[in-house]
Amino acid sequence: MANKSLASRKQTVIAIFVAVGFVYLLRLFYLQVIDDSYELSANNNVLRYVTQYPARGLIYDRNGKLLVYNEAVYDLMVLPRQVKDIDTLEFCRLLDITPEGFRQRIKKARDYSRYKPSLFEKQLSKETYGYLEEKMYRFPGFFVQPRTLRKYPTPIGAHLFGYVGEVNQTIIDKNPYYKPGDYVGISGIEKTYEEELRGIKGIKIKMVDVHNREVGSFQNGFYDTIAEMGKDLYLSIDATLQEYGERLMQGKMGSIVAIEPSTGEILAFLSSPAYDPNLLVGRVRGKNFGLLLQDPVKPLLNRALMGQYPPGSTFKMVNDLVGLKEGVLTTSTRYSCQGPGSSPIRCTHNHQSPLDIYTAIQQSCNPFHWQVYRSILSNPRHKGTRENYVIWRDHVMNMGFGHKLGSDTDAELAGNIPSAESFDAIYGKGRWTSMTVRSLSIGQGEILVTPLQLANYGALMANRGYYIVPHVVKHIGEKSIDDKRFKKVTSGISTSSFEIVVEGMRQVATLGTARWYQIKDITMCGKTGTAENPHGKDHSLFMAFAPADNPVIAIAVVVENAGFGSTWALPIASLMIEKYINGEVSRTQIEENMINKRLY
Amino acid sequence: MIERNNILNDIDWKLVVLYLLLVIMGWINIYAAVYNEDHSSIFDLSQSYGRQMIWIITSLFLGLVVLLTDARFFSTFAYLIYGLTILLLLAVLAFGTEISGSKSWFQIGNFAIQPAEFGKFATNLALARFFSGQHINVKAFRTRFIPLAIIGLPALLILLQNDTGSALVYSAFILVLYRMGLSGNFLLAGVMFIIMALSTLMVGYLYVAIALVILAGLLFFFIKRNRRNIINLVALLMLGIGFVFSVNYAVDNFLGAHQKTRINVLLGKELDLRGAGYNVNQSKIAIGSGGFSGKGFLNGTQTKYNFVPEQSTDFIFCTVGEEWGFLGSMVVIVLFILLLTRIVIVAERQRSDFSRIYGYGVAAILFFHFVINIGMTIGLVPVIGIPLPFFSYGGSSLWSFTILLFIFIKQDVRRNALL
Repeated sequence: MANKSLASRKQTVIAIFVAVGFVYLLRLFYLQVIDDSYELSANNNVLRYVTQYPARGLIYDRNGKLLVYNEAVYDLMVLPRQVKDIDTLEFCRLLDITPEGFRQRIKKARDYSRYKPSLFEKQLSKETYGYLEEKMYRFPGFFVQPRTLRKYPTPIGAHLFGYVGEVNQTIIDKNPYYKPGDYVGISGIEKTYEEELRGIKGIKIKMVDVHNREVGSFQNGFYDTIAEMGKDLYLSIDATLQEYGERLMQGKMGSIVAIEPSTGEILAFLSSPAYDPNLLVGRVRGKNFGLLLQDPVKPLLNRALMGQYPPGSTFKMVNDLVGLKEGVLTTSTRYSCQGPGSSPIRCTHNHQSPLDIYTAIQQSCNPFHWQVYRSILSNPRHKGTRENYVIWRDHVMNMGFGHKLGSDTDAELAGNIPSAESFDAIYGKGRWTSMTVRSLSIGQGEILVTPLQLANYGALMANRGYYIVPHVVKHIGEKSIDDKRFKKVTSGISTSSFEIVVEGMRQVATLGTARWYQIKDITMCGKTGTAENPHGKDHSLFMAFAPADNPVIAIAVVVENAGFGSTWALPIASLMIEKYINGEVSRTQIEENMINKRLY
Repeated sequence: MIERNNILNDIDWKLVVLYLLLVIMGWINIYAAVYNEDHSSIFDLSQSYGRQMIWIITSLFLGLVVLLTDARFFSTFAYLIYGLTILLLLAVLAFGTEISGSKSWFQIGNFAIQPAEFGKFATNLALARFFSGQHINVKAFRTRFIPLAIIGLPALLILLQNDTGSALVYSAFILVLYRMGLSGNFLLAGVMFIIMALSTLMVGYLYVAIALVILAGLLFFFIKRNRRNIINLVALLMLGIGFVFSVNYAVDNFLGAHQKTRINVLLGKELDLRGAGYNVNQSKIAIGSGGFSGKGFLNGTQTKYNFVPEQSTDFIFCTVGEEWGFLGSMVVIVLFILLLTRIVIVAERQRSDFSRIYGYGVAAILFFHFVINIGMTIGLVPVIGIPLPFFSYGGSSLWSFTILLFIFIKQDVRRNALL
C-alpha cells in the first residue's frame, strides 16, 4: 500500500491531541488552582452582604408608658457594577428625583466603589418603598436595606432623650463597631445608653442571580449572624409629670428637674423652650436642626444640665448648715435687720428684728445671712479668712455644688463654687476678706448652679443630709439598674442641723414667701430665689420638697428673667408637686395663669 | 443471528464506554447548570435536563439502529446522504426559522432541528467515499479539487445561514487530508498563518511585515545562497506580507463589529466586561472559582444563577469547572483525549480505506469541537458558538454526534468483512 508510510502520521495526530489536552490542563490549573482572583469575583457576583440593623431598644417611663419606639424606613442601596440597562426616567419618577440627581448619586457611589454597596437614597418611606418593591427586579444593582427611625408618640422629653444620627468619621475611627451609615446616639440618654440601646448588628449573606433576584441564603445561613435587638430602657421619668411640666413652662425659658429623694430617681427633667423630638428624626432632621440652632431662645440648649444660674436666696440654707456645723450659728443666734437700710447688704422684706435662723429663712433675710457668712469666714477656730473659706467651700461641694454630680444624663456642667485661688488671683493673696466676697452669703456673686444641682439640693434637704446621685434609668431590659455610680453621698453635716433648716423651709411655705401657694393636705418645704444676673431681669428660682415628713419629690424650677422667685418658679413648682402627689391639680386658676403666660 | 453475536463480540467497548461516560456526565452537568428547585427531578420533562434524557434515550436507539444497519449501507449511499443533506441545507436557507441570528433551524412543533449538525457526518461519509475510490491519482488536479469541493460546499451553505461557528468546523477536515498525504508543511503553514494573523491583529500589520522582512534577512545568511533558495525565500516573504496585509484588509472590511470585538477581547486589546467580554469573563470566573476540587454538585453559583450565559449548551464546561474543580475538568479533558486517541488507533486498524478515512474524519470533527468549545470557556479561543460533543444540551447535536460515532463503531465491527 502506498500509504504505508502515511500510517505513521497517526503518531503526529495523537501527539497533537495530547499536546492540546496538556495545554488546556495547564491553563485550567492556572485558572483554578494558582489564580484565586476568580473565586473573589464569583463571590462578588453572587454574594450580597446585607447588614441586619437591629431595632434600637424602646424607652418607657416609670409606669411602663411607651415614650420612644421605632418606625421602619428603607435605605435604597446601589451596587454600581451591576447597574445596567435600567429605565432611568421611570426610576427617577418612582423616587421623585431628577435625572441629574440620579447621575450624581451614581457617580458618587462609583467613586466610592464599584463593587461595594453604597447608599443611594436614605430613609424611603413605607409608601415609596411599596411602589418600588414591585418593580425592583427591573433595576438590577439596587436593593433596599430596612432601617429604623425613632418615633415619639408624645412630643416630650426632647432634651432628655437626645437624638440619633449617622456616625461621623471620628466615631468610626474610635470604635470599630461602627461602619459608615450606622446610626448612633448623638446626645441625651440615646448617647449615654448607646451600647445598651443599639443592640448588635447582624450580617445576612444572600445570594442573587444575574438579574439581581434573591435566590437564597449562602450556605443555608451558616455564616449569617442574627441581629440582636437593643435593650429596652425603663426610665424613672413620670411621663404625666414631664408632660405637665412642659405645658407649664411653655412660653418661658428655664428648666424643671424633679427627683425622688429616697432613690435619686429623676421624675421630670425638662428644659424650656422645648421642641418636638420628632423634628430631629429622619430626612427632615438637617433642616429642622438648622432652624432650631438659629432660634434666638436656644431651644437646643439643655438648660437642666447646662444652664448655670446664680442660686440667689435658695442658697441661704447652705450657709446656715455650714454655720451650724462649724459652731458659729445656733438656734439661739439672733441678728438684727434694718430692712432696706441694712449694710452692707440691704433686706428686701419687712419682718421682725432681731430674728433667729427659722425666721431668717422664712423671711429670706439678707442681713442675717450676711452675718452668718461673716462669722463662718472669721471663725477664730481656724487661721484667717482664707482657711475658713476653704473649709466653707469643702462643705458646699459636699452638698453637691461646684462639681458634676455624675448622673447618667448627657453633658452635665459643674456650676461654680469659686476656689480660694481664684480670689487670690483677683484680689491678691491675703487681701480679700468676708466683706470682699459678701455676695456669696446670699447666693450671688460667682456662685453658679445648674437646675439639676438645685433639685439635688432639694433631695439633700428632704433626706436631711444625704443624696443619691440622680439618674433617669430604673431598668435596662428585665434587669433593674445596679450601677455603682448612683451611690449615696453624705454631706458630712448632722441630721439635726438639717432638721433646723428644714423647719425654716417649712415656714417658708406656711408663713413666708410661699404661703400663697400652699397645697391642700400637703406640707411643702421650700425656698424661693430671685437671682440677679447680668443678662437682664432677675431669674425666678424655687427649690422644694414635699411632703415635709415623708418626702416623695424634690424639685427645682428656674424661670429665666422672670422676676421674683415667688411669682413664677414657686407656683410652677407647687403645681408640679400637687400634680405628682395628688395626680390632679385643684388650683385650676393658677394653673391656667402659668400655662398661658408667655415671657419671651 | 450470527452477525448479531459478532456485534457483541467485536464491538469496540472502549469507545462505547467512553461515549456513555461523556453523555451521562453531560446530562448531570446540564442538570446542575440550569437546576430549578421547583422541578428538582432530573427526569422532569419540562426542564432541559429532563429533555436531555429523551435525547440520550433516542440517541442510544439511533446508535443501535446504526449498529444493526449493514455496514456497506453507509459507503454505498454516502453520496446520496451527502446530496440529501446539501438539499436540506439549501431548504433551510429558504424555509428555515431564525434562532438567535442564525437561519439554520427547522421548527417542528416544540422541537427545532439544525441540518448543519447532520452535514458533518454526511460530509465525512462523502469524503471517505471519495478517497476510498479505486483509482486515485494523488497528483491529479481532480484529486485535489474534489475533496475541497466536498468540504467547501456545505461549509459555504452554513456560512450563508450566518452560522460561522458551524461552518468553521469543516476546516477540521484538514486533519483527514493530512492523513491522506497532504504535506505536513500545510499544517505548519496553517499554524504559521494563525500566528501571523494573530500578531497582525495584536500589534498591527506594519510591524509584522517589518518583522517578516527582518526574519527573511536573517534566514538569507543561514541558507545556501543558490538561486532556487533565494527565489523560494523571496516568494515566501511576499506570500507572508501579502497575507498580513490581506488579514488587515479582511478584518477591516469583512468582519462584523461583534466578531472584531470578540477577537480584540481575546487578544486583551479590549476589556469590555459588560459587553462582548462578559461571556468569557463570567465563564473564566465560573471555572476559576471552582478551585482544585470544586464547589460541589449543585453548588455552582455562577452557572446556576445565570451569570454564565448559554450555561447548558456552549458553556456547559463552566459547570464542570465550577462544581467539580480542576479534578473534574481534568477527568473530562482526559476522557476526550482518550476518546480521540482511541478513535485514531481504531481507525488505523481498519482494512478498508473508507472506514479508516471516516474514522479520521470523526476524530477531526470531535477534536475541533473540543478545542474550540473548551478553549473559549477558558479564554484561549474566541467565542465561537459550537457545542461540546456529547456534553452540551441539544437533540440535533447529540443525535448527529452519536450517528457520526456509531457509524464508525459499526465499520469497526465489520472491519474483517470490509475491504
